[in-house]
Amino acid sequence: MTLIELLIQPFAEYGFMRRALVATFALALGSAPIGTLLVLRRMSLVGDAMAHALLPGAALGFLSAGFSLAAMSIGGFVAALGVALAAGFVTRATAQREDASFAAFYLIALALGVLLVSTHGSSVDLMHVLFGTILAVDDAALLLMAGVGSISLLALAVMYRPLVVECFDPGFLRSVGGRGSLVHMLFLVLTVANLVAGFQALGTLMAVGLMMLPATAARFWATEVWSLALTATLIAMASGFIGLLLSFHAEWPSGPAIVLVAGVIYLFSLVAGPRESLLRRHFQRSKHRIA
Amino acid sequence: MSIDTTIALHNLTVAYRGHPAVHHLSGEFAPGSLTAVVGPNGAGKTSLFAAIMGALRPIEGAVKMEAGLRQRVAWLPQQAAIDRGFPIRVFDLVALGHWSSVGCFRALNRTQTEQVQHALQTVGLSGFERRSVGELSAGQFQRVLFARVLLQDAPVILLDEPFNAIDARTTADLLAVVARWHAEARTVIAVLHDIEQVREHFQQTLLLARRCVAWGPTAEVLQAANLSRARQMAEAWDDDAPPCREAA
Repeated sequence: MTLIELLIQPFAEYGFMRRALVATFALALGSAPIGTLLVLRRMSLVGDAMAHALLPGAALGFLSAGFSLAAMSIGGFVAALGVALAAGFVTRATAQREDASFAAFYLIALALGVLLVSTHGSSVDLMHVLFGTILAVDDAALLLMAGVGSISLLALAVMYRPLVVECFDPGFLRSVGGRGSLVHMLFLVLTVANLVAGFQALGTLMAVGLMMLPATAARFWATEVWSLALTATLIAMASGFIGLLLSFHAEWPSGPAIVLVAGVIYLFSLVAGPRESLLRRHFQRSKHRIA
Repeated sequence: MSIDTTIALHNLTVAYRGHPAVHHLSGEFAPGSLTAVVGPNGAGKTSLFAAIMGALRPIEGAVKMEAGLRQRVAWLPQQAAIDRGFPIRVFDLVALGHWSSVGCFRALNRTQTEQVQHALQTVGLSGFERRSVGELSAGQFQRVLFARVLLQDAPVILLDEPFNAIDARTTADLLAVVARWHAEARTVIAVLHDIEQVREHFQQTLLLARRCVAWGPTAEVLQAANLSRARQMAEAWDDDAPPCREAA
């Protein structure tokens, strides 16, 4: 098998592979920078929580309109945002920390979602919602992903400065009159929109993988917010490309294949990345001992 | 600095997350004064700052200051409140001090860039512009935060535990910066723990133990009787007591 046969031909010959590739690239462009900011805000698990939280909304959309992209997307968006708002309210109104209230609400939403799907749909439907159908994305889903990716990049560019400052030193932004809570709110909306776009293709459980794994891997390569986001995007795109090829040649399910490739890149970065990785730390320590 | 920088507290009562933090505090930070805020842990020092900044709404009483002054107060947060591993370069962090003129979108002009370099020079960190803040020691990081305050060119400066866990040399250098601000007639209020340092460098002291124990010239406030009274008050705190409504 030549290299071209291995790497290019699947995409050249099959339309569904090309669509899947475009879909992962569109997702990577929006999700990876958002994931970078989630990591910097120490909200890595919040992305996970919201990905689960959109399930009951998507299920309700599915039950009311069948496999309708619009109904499932709107339902998922409203449910995830509802969980985020409820968790935020509980954190402000009581002494409970944000991660705890997020965990509580998303678990309720997840259980509700699984209950809805399994009592009113088939187990095939459940698998679709949980693990996505990237090899069968239609035009509407593709447009949704490309649209969300474009809007995310544009919005992040516009609010980049206050977003980074709110993340690094929220007290300072408040002291100079910046609208920190507005920026935070818009950021949460973008996060949910990207997860909704992602779950069409990768499913609720895998969408967050393409968001968080490249972002955590990027910490071992880059030192500034913009370069972190760029690195994460490239890693996410590479994961999509390699993952789709693996799924094609080995006949693996595509969602897990893509996320596992991102996971392998993360593990490699953790061990051998140029910044603060395990090997790097090991060598620095032995250098200190000699000096 | 034509603005009147008096900060007056009228019967100020602040609660943090439902717990009482500052009770019935009245008094005035005079323009150009240099005041240390001293008191046991949990005495409400940081809550007092938050109330002055407008980040905490008083449940009773008020902070009175001239309109527009609050936006010109520079605030140096506790180091623990900032993620020192955040991926940002020293230059960019200091340049945030220009926020009021640069905001979300504008770029720095040449003068402003030079001002950033000059501020770094003042705190002894020339040549550190391109460093990532994660590479700095605690002392160097505090110097960077001081450089940001320098750029803000604020008539009122609040410093929250500026010398906590900071080496002696950095403390001395930064105390010189504080003295310079005082000489420039800026109002400086600092939360501090080191009583000797307060005696030596700060004219006014507010001794706080949720209530005001004493407020005035440092030598009068920091007497043994006052300090032991503050300690006794701290031992008697009940964190679950409801915020009281007594008259001041």
